[in-house]
Amino acid sequence: MNRKLKTDYIFDTINYLFMFILILVTLYPLLHVFLGSISDPYRLQKHRGILLYPLGFDLESYARVFANKSIVTGFRNSVFITITGVLLSMIMTILAAFFLSRRDILLKKHVMWFIVLTMYFSGGLIPSYMNIKELGLYNSIWVLIIPGALSTWNVILMRTYFLGLPNELEEAATIDGASEYYTLTRIIIPLSKPIIAVLVLYYGVDKWNEWFAASIYLRDRKMYPIQLILREILINNDPEKMMEDVMLTDKSAYRETIKYATTMAVTLPILFVYPFLQKYFVKGVLLGSLKG
Amino acid sequence: MKQEAAVIVNKKSLNMNPGYIKLFVKDLGKHKFAYITIIPIIAYYLIFHYKPLYGILMAFQEFNPADGVWGSKWVGFEHFISFFNSPYFFRVVRNTFLLNLYQLIFEFPAPIIFALFLNEIKAMRYKRIIQTTTYLPHFVSTVVICGIIVDFCMSDGLFNDIIEFLGGTRVPLLQKANLFPVIYVGSNIWKNLGWSSIIYLSQLSSIDPQLYEAATIDGAGRFRKMWSITIPGILPTIIILLILRIGRMLSIGFEKIILLYNPLTYETADVISTFVYRKGLMDFAWSYSTAVGQFNSVVNLLLLVLANKISKKVNEISLW
Repeated sequence: MNRKLKTDYIFDTINYLFMFILILVTLYPLLHVFLGSISDPYRLQKHRGILLYPLGFDLESYARVFANKSIVTGFRNSVFITITGVLLSMIMTILAAFFLSRRDILLKKHVMWFIVLTMYFSGGLIPSYMNIKELGLYNSIWVLIIPGALSTWNVILMRTYFLGLPNELEEAATIDGASEYYTLTRIIIPLSKPIIAVLVLYYGVDKWNEWFAASIYLRDRKMYPIQLILREILINNDPEKMMEDVMLTDKSAYRETIKYATTMAVTLPILFVYPFLQKYFVKGVLLGSLKG
Repeated sequence: MKQEAAVIVNKKSLNMNPGYIKLFVKDLGKHKFAYITIIPIIAYYLIFHYKPLYGILMAFQEFNPADGVWGSKWVGFEHFISFFNSPYFFRVVRNTFLLNLYQLIFEFPAPIIFALFLNEIKAMRYKRIIQTTTYLPHFVSTVVICGIIVDFCMSDGLFNDIIEFLGGTRVPLLQKANLFPVIYVGSNIWKNLGWSSIIYLSQLSSIDPQLYEAATIDGAGRFRKMWSITIPGILPTIIILLILRIGRMLSIGFEKIILLYNPLTYETADVISTFVYRKGLMDFAWSYSTAVGQFNSVVNLLLLVLANKISKKVNEISLW
């Protein structure tokens, strides 16, 4: 028995140590970016290796990020796309799920098939691109809102949730002569707050982080979402775009800290809401697995 | 009461009256709101999911946007044949397969192992903290993640600082073809480890604690319990997810690759989807790239069916 306790103890110690290292590895890249963003650019330039604390303190990079017109416009565009997009997505998802969760509706199965099939067959990149062009959505900000308005997966999640609601309330309301509109807005939606929260977050994060569609469908820089601007700065490493509208004599020094500050500015909204919403995220995954 | 009676009548009419249209009209009246509001949804799917399907015809044509799909010249399987014979065929198929295989070997088991060990941590507080932390990267955007990778991989970046510290020489890591798979799969694990473990953790928490108690009384140790109770408990989930994963063997998200690869690393990084993207949207070879894309989807579907069939035989677990 004693020996068993001892191996247990060793196991626990190693396990905790392993988890601790895992946390460090997970957080370090973001921490590095954060510490770099508030560091003195000249000291950062000379620094080698990992950062454990900020090298000096300099918020100048943030000031320059927000003085950059493309970044500010990008932010505005992303906020618009995210809010409008989530609103449209949620209305459509709720309506689709409402139809599919009517137990006695005649075409329920047909519509379900019609929707689910699209998860397995798609025209692919080029036919979709042609379609967008034909529809006249090319180079319009709505291309980031309308074509991705529905995620079939999310529709199924919401339908599963609706079907799990107690049927009696609805039946009682119907017997009292309540319309379907009333049933949806006064009974189903108030009871479905958790799943609505989950999907608002799913859609929201998706829209906020989206860049690929923007990169192929938008030509006009004025409409670029923030992620696309970020791509120019971080990936294409384009210092001219980085310093746009900023009078600078020391471009090379601020290059690195500005990259970090931009990254932080784009990621902070998500990092900020994340801890409060974590329980909802998890709930969403588990709902999804019920189906699978 | 009246409503109830109506329902009964309705049910009766279902038996007596096979006239489907009549039934449908009745249904329309009963679910007016649902039928009206489903119209935009159907329209959405028709326009954005079904309409592009006819664009697949482009794969069998010499497509010219001016003539449209109905006016362009038909060439049969020419584009497919030219893809199979091109020097890129082998490269992109191999890379797609290999990157997926590495993901299957390294990325797939990682969250399972993580969940098993996290499950052994009994202090809820710590467990919570570990979960909160490891789920976080899932929400960081692809552009930001790739930006950090680019920054760390530069010859004066963090990874090279570490390499130099350990006695190696500085190299621009993203320009080395042989390192691309490591960077790609490594960063995927970083991003998805926690998030993918959620489903396993929930399965683990639903295992009957009495099983563990009984095993303890029988003198089973920690690893013994893990092997005989915990792993069998999550095995069905693992298999289902594995089937789904194999069904995606030849499809791979191209967003991250597009952000990270460059002509120097095409040798290991260029996959079918990135090839389609370049050929179609940069070289404007519409028909050719549609053909390549279609080849990819057909293989995917076959793989999914095959994986499901094998699992049905071996484990009696299947998707459908």
